[in-house]
Amino acid sequence: MIKCKEAVSRLWAYLDRNIDRIHEAELEEHLGLCRHCCGELEFAKQMRTMLLGSGSASEITPDIRTRLGTFLKDVGKQRGRKR
Amino acid sequence: MSETAVRAPTEFEGVVRPHLEYLYALAVRLCGHRTVAEDLVQDALLRAFRGFPRLRNRERPRFWLTRVLTSCHYDRYRAEHGADEMLRLDSEACPDLFDKITEEDPFPYSDRVHLDFLALFDDARVIEVFQGLHPVYRTALILAYVYGYKAREIADITGKSVGTVLARLFRGRKQMERELWEYAQSTGLIAQKEALV
Repeated sequence: MIKCKEAVSRLWAYLDRNIDRIHEAELEEHLGLCRHCCGELEFAKQMRTMLLGSGSASEITPDIRTRLGTFLKDVGKQRGRKR
Repeated sequence: MSETAVRAPTEFEGVVRPHLEYLYALAVRLCGHRTVAEDLVQDALLRAFRGFPRLRNRERPRFWLTRVLTSCHYDRYRAEHGADEMLRLDSEACPDLFDKITEEDPFPYSDRVHLDFLALFDDARVIEVFQGLHPVYRTALILAYVYGYKAREIADITGKSVGTVLARLFRGRKQMERELWEYAQSTGLIAQKEALV
């Protein structure tokens, strides 16, 4: 059976369904027997959910969108003129 | 003025504009401040424009822009805190939340101690603690868990090896656990929970 260090290193790939079947089977065998790593998995899942749920504070407002849009347009113009 | 020089600004704007909202949201998550994030996006746009003529693979502009923005973010941090601050991390110990919980046993009747521990905090507090993590950890965690980049992609974005990225993801989570634990102890959250049991 794989060791805890190896199991923990695969946890996020496992959560993201980005792991091959052999590694997945090894990890699940480990998780079935190891209370420590089950805790790691639950914590990882919950933390990811919390981070994903924090998106509202990062949404762009109309005035910021306008300012950045203007800046983007000006970047090209100013840099183009300098050439 | 060459034809390329005239065309490049328009082409650049066309490539970048669909990703402005994404860039801003990523910047807010990385630096934690809306005003600083706007400045950071502007830095990134300037740098991206300078590098645009050398960009060969234009099929993944978002990935390229992510790399530029992350690089600007690191440069700002280095300018404010010094380059050494970025290198000191590997010597840090990695405390284990499960070991802490087992030692101090704040949830003696629980079969799901990690989740019981997290349930002590509201989302705002978790995000506040998250913003206090070192930027190299926070960046790796955000790119992986919010935006779904794979470790090898994060390695490409940050210019580090895959091994370093995996270590940062692991250490970042451990640092997060430590900060939450210390907060729970200092504010009496764990003691309150014990009193309720």
